[in-house]
Amino acid sequence: MGFCLMEGNEAIAWGAIDSGCRFFAGYPITPATTIFNTMLKLLPPLGGICLQGEDEIASIGYCLGASMGGLKAMTATSGPGISLYSEHISFAIGSEIPIVIVDVQRLGPSTGSATRGADGDIQFLRWGNSGGLPVIVLAPVDVSDCYLLTIKAFNLAEEFRCPVFIASNKEIAMTRENLNMDAVDVPKIIERISPPTGKPFIPFEVPLESRIPYFLPIGGDVIVRQTSSTHGADGYITTDSDEIARVQDRLKTKLTSKVKRFSFHESFLEKDADTLLLTYGITARAARDVYQVCKSSESPISLLILKTLWPVPEELIKEKAKHVQRVVVVEMNLGQYVREIERILPDKTIDFLGQMDGRLISPNQILEALAHG
Amino acid sequence: MGSLLNKSRPPVFCPGCSHDRITQTLDRAFLNMGLRGEEIVIVSDIGCSGLFDTFFNTHAFHGLHGRALTYATGLKMAQPNLHVIVTMGDGGLGIGGAHVLSACRRNLDLTLLVLNNFNFGMTGGQFSATTPSTAQVGSGFLNRLELPFDVCRVAASAGAAYVRRCSGFTKNLWKEIENAVRFDGFSVLDIWGICPGRYTKRNKLTPQIIEESLAKMPPIKNPVPENQREEYGRHYRNLAAGQKQVSPPKKMTAQFDPIERKRMDVVILGSAGQRIITAGEILCLAGLTAGFQTTQKNEYNITVLRGPSITEVILSPQAIGYTGIERPDVILALSQEGVDHRIGLFDSLDNSVLVLQAPGVSIPSCKAEILQPNFKSQKIKSTDWALAALIVLAKIKRVIHLEMLKTALKYKFRNKIMNSSLDLIERVRAD
Repeated sequence: MGFCLMEGNEAIAWGAIDSGCRFFAGYPITPATTIFNTMLKLLPPLGGICLQGEDEIASIGYCLGASMGGLKAMTATSGPGISLYSEHISFAIGSEIPIVIVDVQRLGPSTGSATRGADGDIQFLRWGNSGGLPVIVLAPVDVSDCYLLTIKAFNLAEEFRCPVFIASNKEIAMTRENLNMDAVDVPKIIERISPPTGKPFIPFEVPLESRIPYFLPIGGDVIVRQTSSTHGADGYITTDSDEIARVQDRLKTKLTSKVKRFSFHESFLEKDADTLLLTYGITARAARDVYQVCKSSESPISLLILKTLWPVPEELIKEKAKHVQRVVVVEMNLGQYVREIERILPDKTIDFLGQMDGRLISPNQILEALAHG
Repeated sequence: MGSLLNKSRPPVFCPGCSHDRITQTLDRAFLNMGLRGEEIVIVSDIGCSGLFDTFFNTHAFHGLHGRALTYATGLKMAQPNLHVIVTMGDGGLGIGGAHVLSACRRNLDLTLLVLNNFNFGMTGGQFSATTPSTAQVGSGFLNRLELPFDVCRVAASAGAAYVRRCSGFTKNLWKEIENAVRFDGFSVLDIWGICPGRYTKRNKLTPQIIEESLAKMPPIKNPVPENQREEYGRHYRNLAAGQKQVSPPKKMTAQFDPIERKRMDVVILGSAGQRIITAGEILCLAGLTAGFQTTQKNEYNITVLRGPSITEVILSPQAIGYTGIERPDVILALSQEGVDHRIGLFDSLDNSVLVLQAPGVSIPSCKAEILQPNFKSQKIKSTDWALAALIVLAKIKRVIHLEMLKTALKYKFRNKIMNSSLDLIERVRAD
């Protein structure tokens, strides 16, 4: 057995390639640029396409076009760019265009600090679209997760025809780590499903047993319509309120009803623990250390590391918190995901530790928060 | 071959709108070219030009304001045989200006039909990038403060290979459209028209005035001679085909016993340009040769070749959690700004810690063991100090040994750099 050394961004690029991604477009921005650099090395020799957009709006726009042209597509950026992506994120949600969007978070607000990490976009990723419909957000903890969750992100984007975000962080993206890609348990790669032949194709018609329309590419033998406007099954603008309501509800429930299937997480539950430490992303690494320290102490704790942040895996969180009185939420911002935990667990004591200065939250800080609340 | 017009969705333009004539004529051009609906995608922008895709039995893509060219680019790259027609108004030209310029520079085989009616028709006749300063529009006096631009001159100067302007009422409009679609590269056809719903309510504009105005415009040679070049998509595929396929990174196998199989935290404090990050990577690779797990966390400013550069490397027999280092085993102090940036690290060092102090770098007094190799007298450039410091560690058998280091260097470097690294190993002394 051996390892290679890889940073999180490179692992995301390899994950994309191994998912069958054949289109990438991005605009240079620290700390996401090395995803672009890696895709530019990997894609062209495979017959794939890697473009540098004139700006972030164009980059994701290219991806939406290419995705509707039948290619699995990915883009990557950081806070200032994700802000510019917003109109196209809404488009991808409402018009069911599969795409993987990597947000390598850096310290904000605004241009903030290009080379300092943060998890400051967690609510923005969920709500930074017009219409407010749900999205899927996955949060890697380490380099291995960057590889695996990218593959899972593509599978979800293709299966559910929706944008899927990878909420990375400079401290994962540009941190090198040993990785053995061959040892990662990779799921089966999911492809878009073509409609059965013999019937006229209706672009947003949903098969009886599912909430997801079949996919055919623009440019194929069957005419396909795509539109950002409120549309009916035929892909034309509709003003029929009942049909609009049905589609909006479908766009919501196609994800929320299935979140149990993709509630990715790690949990370490201790029988006698009265506290659950709950975190995600890079901070989970410090939390793992804290769990080990506490395990051998007089006051062990339980630990839940969420890797699916949105839709909120509510059942999972309730289940894991069932036997504790207190939940301590730790995240690299001034309090974002903790709002969800407070909402889901109104009967528990929820304590919060956050930090937004570019530094990682250390195990000692977490231990102190556990001790003093 | 029949008409590609969508009979169940006839155009819904205001009576007298030139868009109506353009719709019919676009169909005639498709017909004349013998194109089937499956061979065409109409990518429509926003406003009245954004309705075009619905009037045709072709592939259709309708998106956000000004962004039509971005979707068109992705579609054409994914489906090179597709005829990609973009319909965009003068509003889209303004909000999507960067995309227009890029499409001109790129020369991907798209056809941009600019339905130029000198105002935002759908939202109330506000001024656009082509509204004359003298016009009466829905933006009060604001258009009097700005100059309209000439789409064709902008496109030609941005590198568009095919640039034409014509009236939406001209008899040979079908031929103008066909020529633009047939052009092998990015083509811009600036079609001047009339917006009866808004613009001509307060401004006099007739097909005759359009003809006269067009005649007064500076002529543009078309195709633009200086902009002729290879079509982007084909060019891309040709260059891409010549790129070497990249394999997944080679694995480093564990092949040596380490000096000690315990966790070691090494902080390198230096400056940008001292190859601090590369040295950290080599240390990680050296760790892999002895079966360690490893992480490398970096900190530097956005400036290049200026400012502190700091790397924190952990080698551990166990999985590594937190990637920061609070209690280092070794500090390589290679520049003053690096040391100053992490001065707090020196507060609580005990005598088990080794600090390697490079020439000219001052450190706070501490209990750590201090090593002061004289890189200057050994004529080692400061850009090599980070690697030299690793060589010192290997020579005194702290953290890594020479075989680990050499194997890491051989993995990372080739030829000239490899040789100069090996040469450096010979030259560096620990004293």
